[in-house]
Amino acid sequence: MTVRDALNQALEEEMIADEKIYILGEEVAQYNGAYKVTKGLLDKFGAKRVIDTPITEMGLAGIAVGSAFNGLKPVCEFMTFNFAMQAIDQIVNSAAKTFYMSGGKVTCPIVFRGPNGAAAGVAAQHSQCFAAWYGSVPGLKVVSPWNSEDAKGLLKAAIRDPNPVVFLENELEYGVSYPMSQEALSSDFVLPLGKAKIEREGSDITIVAHSRAVGFAVKAADELAKSGISAEVINLRSIKPMDTDTIFKSVKKTHRIMTVEGGWASFGVGSEIAAQIMESDVWDELDAPLSRVTGADVPTPYAANLEALAFPDDKVIVKVARDILDKKY
Amino acid sequence: MDKIMYEAQRQGRFSFYMTHFGEEALLGVVAALQPKDVIHGQYREAFGLLYRGFTVEECMDQCFANVADGGKGRQMPVHYTSSKHYFQSISSPLATQIPQAAGSAYALKMRIPTQYHANDSERNCSVCFFGEGAASEGDFHAGMNLAATLKCPVVFVCRNNGYAISTPASEQYNGDGIASRGVGYGMDTIRIDGNDMWAAYNATKTARKIAVEENKPVLIEAMTYRVGHHSTSDDSTKYRDRKEVERHQQFENPITRVCNYMMNQGFWTQAEDDQYKQEVRDHVMSSFKNSQKKKKPPVKELFTDVYDTLPPNLVQQEKELERLITTYPEYFDFLDEHEKS
Repeated sequence: MTVRDALNQALEEEMIADEKIYILGEEVAQYNGAYKVTKGLLDKFGAKRVIDTPITEMGLAGIAVGSAFNGLKPVCEFMTFNFAMQAIDQIVNSAAKTFYMSGGKVTCPIVFRGPNGAAAGVAAQHSQCFAAWYGSVPGLKVVSPWNSEDAKGLLKAAIRDPNPVVFLENELEYGVSYPMSQEALSSDFVLPLGKAKIEREGSDITIVAHSRAVGFAVKAADELAKSGISAEVINLRSIKPMDTDTIFKSVKKTHRIMTVEGGWASFGVGSEIAAQIMESDVWDELDAPLSRVTGADVPTPYAANLEALAFPDDKVIVKVARDILDKKY
Repeated sequence: MDKIMYEAQRQGRFSFYMTHFGEEALLGVVAALQPKDVIHGQYREAFGLLYRGFTVEECMDQCFANVADGGKGRQMPVHYTSSKHYFQSISSPLATQIPQAAGSAYALKMRIPTQYHANDSERNCSVCFFGEGAASEGDFHAGMNLAATLKCPVVFVCRNNGYAISTPASEQYNGDGIASRGVGYGMDTIRIDGNDMWAAYNATKTARKIAVEENKPVLIEAMTYRVGHHSTSDDSTKYRDRKEVERHQQFENPITRVCNYMMNQGFWTQAEDDQYKQEVRDHVMSSFKNSQKKKKPPVKELFTDVYDTLPPNLVQQEKELERLITTYPEYFDFLDEHEKS
């Protein structure tokens, strides 16, 4: 099943189960979604529950937040999280903080979802990764699925969670097909937020990644295995809360760690993992310092060759893993 | 209450306060609503809370951020919250409440039972207050347009009080006030004398009927005047003539107008007025005395309500704080002012 269909299935199942859940965004209804994630849902649930809004991220996020304050459970789609910057005040100052500021009285059970990070040939204003920005905000949960099982199980969990959740999808993954277990196809299939998954077990080095980078990490692990290097790949699944227990357990085993993300290095997900390790007793287990593999610290260029150089792939991961093991850091 | 609390801030009892002087007629708006109509305020509508039964003492508890504050001492003064009174949490960034009010109205229109509204036979609307200055924000445009296109039963009330801190209305917009914009959004609109309590009441009564029966937004622009400073952080003598303020107080005071009307009709006498004023003063003073004696919230409330349950990092940090408090009590003697956990 493709990631797109898995997301669609999750939305449909949750909307059947709870009439308070509704979807709003630009092009989500009549057009079936800019990326077809909401395909067929207007026909199934009607215009009251699948709403096409005028073009205003600030407005649609605001109206969604207001409806959540008053008892509904909106799934608010941003055509890309890059555009959600125009709504970031509603997400951070209203959705994230109001439960706390109201003394635990006003809840905001909202999901903000949409593509995050780089796509292909869409340049600087369509390619930024927001995992680190939203990951720093108390009051938000931040989720970053990789494959179809992740997409379905985590989206269902996000919709059911009473806290505001930022759900970061990836445009390039929408069309990718992954195997789905029998369990994953059932309408009760929910994955826990805040728990990472070990995609490959290993003993020589830990590779922590989220979203599309997990795919590259798995490919890199397979390549490294050919030279007898056993890499453990951790799929974070949730940015906030982050499953540091799984990371620490892995480092105790491998004594070496690298992180992989599409976002910028400065103040990124890898930086946070490095800090967490330093503050734990696991830092003493390290035989080498943590290395971050990240997007280049530039606004994403358009030219295909430059764009390819601006983001990590499996080859970069393999090289950095070898450098760590050869002590070339 | 405003007089006492303004003075209290000046004496350093708490950090900040905002008064309502000159805009009291808008009590008429709230009087025309049903108890479960959702109010989204900006920050100068505490009369709405008091009308619905929130007490003066509860207002003061919020300003003092003490243990009785419904917000658990987390918000700046006058940022009231009371879901019991259908009064949404006050939010500082301007105009964010405008699309949110359209959203809460949309929720009401859906007629699905929620924890706040049975949504059966009784129909409710949302009411959204904002100033003429806030109406310059992007959220105003977004919220108004969405309310109109998505047909939300919301009554927007613009308090055009002439000033946004020091910016006079003449510099805030070049068009015909805020009412002209409502027409641009395809919204039923009315401009009223915002110092006339009956006008506020009657306009809201009709606006509410349109909103709930026809599922569409209505805009009321209330032309009034901000007699007080913007807040305790402001000194308006720096940008306007004292004479202008005094003239308004003398000729357009909403309270005086109601009082004169009642006396002329024979409903009220000067003696009753004097006595009532004294009763209110006593009530406010005793509320103040009670409120300022109360302790501050327990320290554990620093960590709760970030999420529905404490995340691992906060569990850890709370434990660490407890350890520090127990090990070094001399550094934490200020906690005597706080309720014990």
